[in-house]
Amino acid sequence: MIGLAFWIETTFRSAGGLAAVLLPAGPLVYLYLFKMMSFMQSRLGPMEAGPAGSMQLLAEVGKFLQKEDLFPAKADRIVFAAAPFVVLVSSFLLVVVVPFGPDAWFVNLDTGVFFAMAVSSVSVIGILMAGWASASKYSMLGGLRAAGQLIAYELPLVLAVMGVVIQAGTLNMQDIVLAQAEGEIFGFGGIGNPFIITQFLGFVIFMIAMQAELTQPPFDMPVAESELVTGYITEYSGMRFLLFFIGEFATAGIFAMIASVLFLGGWWVPGIDPDSNLFNILGPAVMFAKVLGVTFLVFWFRITYPRFREDQLQKLAWKVLIPLSLLNIVITGILKVAF
Amino acid sequence: MTAISDGEKLRHIGEQATDARMNIEIETEGMTLNIGPQHPATHGTLRIVAKLDGEQVVAAEPIMGYMHRGYEKLAEVRTYPQVTTLVNRIDWVGSFANETPFILAAEKLMEIEAPPRAQYIRTILHEMSRIANVMLGIGDMGVQVGAVTPVFLAFRDREYVLNQIEAATGGRFHPNFDRIGGLKDDLPAGWIQNTKNAMEKVEEFCDTIETLMYGNEIFQARTRGIGIIPKDVGLAYGLSGVNIRASGVDWDVRRDAMPQGLVYDQIDWKVWTHPDGDCYSRMWVRLQEVREGAKIVRALLGQIPAGPVMAKVPRIIKVPAGEAFVETENPLGVMGYYIVSKGDLNPFRVKIRSASFSNISITPWLLKGVYVPDIIAILGSLYFILGDIDR
Repeated sequence: MIGLAFWIETTFRSAGGLAAVLLPAGPLVYLYLFKMMSFMQSRLGPMEAGPAGSMQLLAEVGKFLQKEDLFPAKADRIVFAAAPFVVLVSSFLLVVVVPFGPDAWFVNLDTGVFFAMAVSSVSVIGILMAGWASASKYSMLGGLRAAGQLIAYELPLVLAVMGVVIQAGTLNMQDIVLAQAEGEIFGFGGIGNPFIITQFLGFVIFMIAMQAELTQPPFDMPVAESELVTGYITEYSGMRFLLFFIGEFATAGIFAMIASVLFLGGWWVPGIDPDSNLFNILGPAVMFAKVLGVTFLVFWFRITYPRFREDQLQKLAWKVLIPLSLLNIVITGILKVAF
Repeated sequence: MTAISDGEKLRHIGEQATDARMNIEIETEGMTLNIGPQHPATHGTLRIVAKLDGEQVVAAEPIMGYMHRGYEKLAEVRTYPQVTTLVNRIDWVGSFANETPFILAAEKLMEIEAPPRAQYIRTILHEMSRIANVMLGIGDMGVQVGAVTPVFLAFRDREYVLNQIEAATGGRFHPNFDRIGGLKDDLPAGWIQNTKNAMEKVEEFCDTIETLMYGNEIFQARTRGIGIIPKDVGLAYGLSGVNIRASGVDWDVRRDAMPQGLVYDQIDWKVWTHPDGDCYSRMWVRLQEVREGAKIVRALLGQIPAGPVMAKVPRIIKVPAGEAFVETENPLGVMGYYIVSKGDLNPFRVKIRSASFSNISITPWLLKGVYVPDIIAILGSLYFILGDIDR
């Protein structure tokens, strides 16, 4: 960076972080939750607010802001009030290590992947807080289910990423992008080496574990609206419900960013020199396009599939995904040494 | 002293041992979970008090009566033609089928027979209300296990059937079309062809849902082997309709005890059964019933005779003294009306045997030992309508 004063740089980075977390969430809600879901269910979705209902989200936010901030009578007020912020903090911490261009990053940590995997679990604490402090049985069941699920799926998530780390030889997110840009697939370097091709198994496991981390169907046991009303969010209203809602979609966007950095080449597209300054402008747009692609998969599954039961969900994590991801690591390690 | 057989004694000891083992293995405090009366999965206001150990149900009890509207008592102060308006609201998604057994019972007492054309149209409408009802149940099962899309498809395609019912009767939900001695009106022009087209849409829906929902691995994992009702237990609890046919009992009132005034015996059709008795088989038999219903409607439409739709009945209907019980195979199971008449304008006493009341009474037996998510799957597959439980 050219010599900016520390406070100017910090302000820019904070504003950029806010934008990176909140800006994708809006289009995701409108495009996928409102429109794609409606078309798949043979209805139109919102049509009145703005052209083709595109301002609907603003109307919803306005509605939630006006609502009363309710506390259940027996709730632990401080914990109850703090829980949605803890969930949102996890999203903000995650975006810190995501690179958007050769120079457009917030923090260039050498242990970027490790940091991302570590802070992604912070949201569990928020969800447990919400579930316990609500003093409601549905909320508590939802919170406990969420804790069990998020911890179980953290492992395949981390292990799936290990394959990428072995292949790239680094934990630095920026270097992982560069490794994909400059790599080659068994001697063919025309499109670099996006790890989705050489780490396809890892990508599939990562997507499944990500779906579970986001508590989207078919892994939406913690919110299961036909059983637990809405699980740990049951007692929330107004602003705090909105924070949970934004947190859900912001986290979906950020996990998609991490997936695109790890498997799809991040801000880089084939054909342009990765050191080119062009990517500082083009990079965020490329990232956004890739995020839309990844989240399309997430929401497609969300709309199509029924819900797993808690024990089936745990079985899938421990008996299928973890052995598969260990196998992936072994194969990647052998191939890394061999070639 | 009551005599207890060895088998019963052994089973009791086994149950006690299981309870004790469970309590020693995981020392957890029990929790009572009130599912309902306001809950997304109860189709209205059913309340299920479930005692939980972790996520496992130790005991569950359904509590009914939140929607009791006293139709049996209300019927005593209505004239016979007025009662159909009331009973329309018992099973509100397949309303016409509620009128049929009442009218048939009154006709039986009066010794009137509806003209053949009226009997055919009556059977067709009865079957169409079954299709409208069960389609909704199938879509709703998707929501219960977490898939949101099937219910929209069900609502969309059910509309074709409802439109035809509306075209014939003037009422989408509450036709109030059946009369003692026949029907209110004849069919409108073009109705037969339009209904045949609607039945094609219904069959398309069945094909879609069979691959989209029934073929889904997660749906099968959630429903196969869950909530198994053995044949003898189901019979002991008085289950009827699809719920007992899915346990392998080949018994259908439409075929085996068809009351006078319907024409199911005029065509070829099949009663579907399934040997398993679990949630999946119940839903599977429901899907086949929708298909079979579409087939029955199409076959009946092809052979409707000409003629009047109303027999000669007196202007003021007085039912001669006597008692009559008529039951028909309704969308939710066997529904019957027991009418006691003293020769007045209104019935002296009406007893309504509704299917869902018996179907839901098996839940304490069925829900013991299952997990919380299975409660919802089992309730969804038993498929009850609250109005049919509480009347």
